[in-house]
Amino acid sequence: MAIKVISPGLATTVQDLGRPGYYHLGIPISGGMDRYALRVANMLVGNDEDAAVLEAVFMGPELEFTADATVAVTGADLPPKVDGEARESWSSFEIKAGQVLSFDYLKSGARAYIAISGGIDVPIVLGSRSTYALGALGGFEGRALGKDDELKLLSETLGAGSGRTVAPELRRLPGNPAELRALPGLYWHWITEDSGTNFFSDTWKVAPEADRIGYRFKGGQHIQFNERERPFGAGSDPSNIVDGCYPYGSIQVPGGTEPIVLHRDAVSGGGYAMIGTVISADMDLIGQLQPHSETRFVKVDMEEALAARHDRRALLDKVRASLA
Amino acid sequence: MANKQVLSPLPGTFYRKPTPDDPAYKSEGDSVAVGDVIGLVEVMKSFHEVKSDASGTVGSFLVENEDAVMAGQPILELSD
Repeated sequence: MAIKVISPGLATTVQDLGRPGYYHLGIPISGGMDRYALRVANMLVGNDEDAAVLEAVFMGPELEFTADATVAVTGADLPPKVDGEARESWSSFEIKAGQVLSFDYLKSGARAYIAISGGIDVPIVLGSRSTYALGALGGFEGRALGKDDELKLLSETLGAGSGRTVAPELRRLPGNPAELRALPGLYWHWITEDSGTNFFSDTWKVAPEADRIGYRFKGGQHIQFNERERPFGAGSDPSNIVDGCYPYGSIQVPGGTEPIVLHRDAVSGGGYAMIGTVISADMDLIGQLQPHSETRFVKVDMEEALAARHDRRALLDKVRASLA
Repeated sequence: MANKQVLSPLPGTFYRKPTPDDPAYKSEGDSVAVGDVIGLVEVMKSFHEVKSDASGTVGSFLVENEDAVMAGQPILELSD
């Protein structure tokens, strides 16, 4: 045992970079919602980038350490404290055996990544230590942490040690309003031209029910679907298709009212038309959106999407170089 | 002693009542003990009780029922 959970926070889960390869069987990719921040947290403490960390959403846990360790907290501005004393985010710091890591109120963003030197030791399930709570799979007993849980580390080490930090320009967080770049998709031609224009010009707000499965947005104009003959086997709503596969990041608009962007714990298929897909480079940003945050979707083409993916990788390379 | 405030632990939507048909948890002038529930915050498809970490008398609510709240935002003012 190396960490005892005094209070678990809201829905703190063990996550690594995810569980790709089983989505076609209905098992989602899971892993950190903001994998940029997750990788950086691991780099700061000297772990492999894909080590398992804790993802805390909106509210931090309170953790008692029973072994010395190096810790880094990245992502949301959820100020860490050691025995009540403030520590910097996006920086590594030491915790001694017997000390307690806790957090102040969330200031901005939504999800903080807590990396601990050595990495969290939970069984590997289908290639990953990530928690898929809806399926009771992976992570710590397939669920969010609870009071009095005891976490083990793969090794008790001080890793890269304290005092390492990431420059502010290398911390990637959404702006206000957040801008999510999206590529019109397979069923884009199903919606009217006006609705297509409105989708990208309206300011949407994150609905409070947004979670790891999907992020729902409200407040934009109703999305109108073109008149067309219902395909055989599709539901009766104009937004229904014959059941199909849902990609990670795909945008569906059930009933034309509130767009939902599927995220790491998404269902793998269903009967709603996907009007587009948020580009892979911006999926991290969604993980940092609080309820009611203003959000705009920005139309891009494939070339711009691939350039954005390249830019995100280049930014991670800069972080790696700065910590080497 | 100065007035004390109860802060929202979470971002989300604030409710003063357990269900739409029930009376509010607390109204102006009610006394509040440490640990009393003063409202709910809805986020990620679940409702979380907001408990007071101080005791006193309800002065005024600083947010309305169904308002959006931020983490750390004052919800309620208590007087001694």
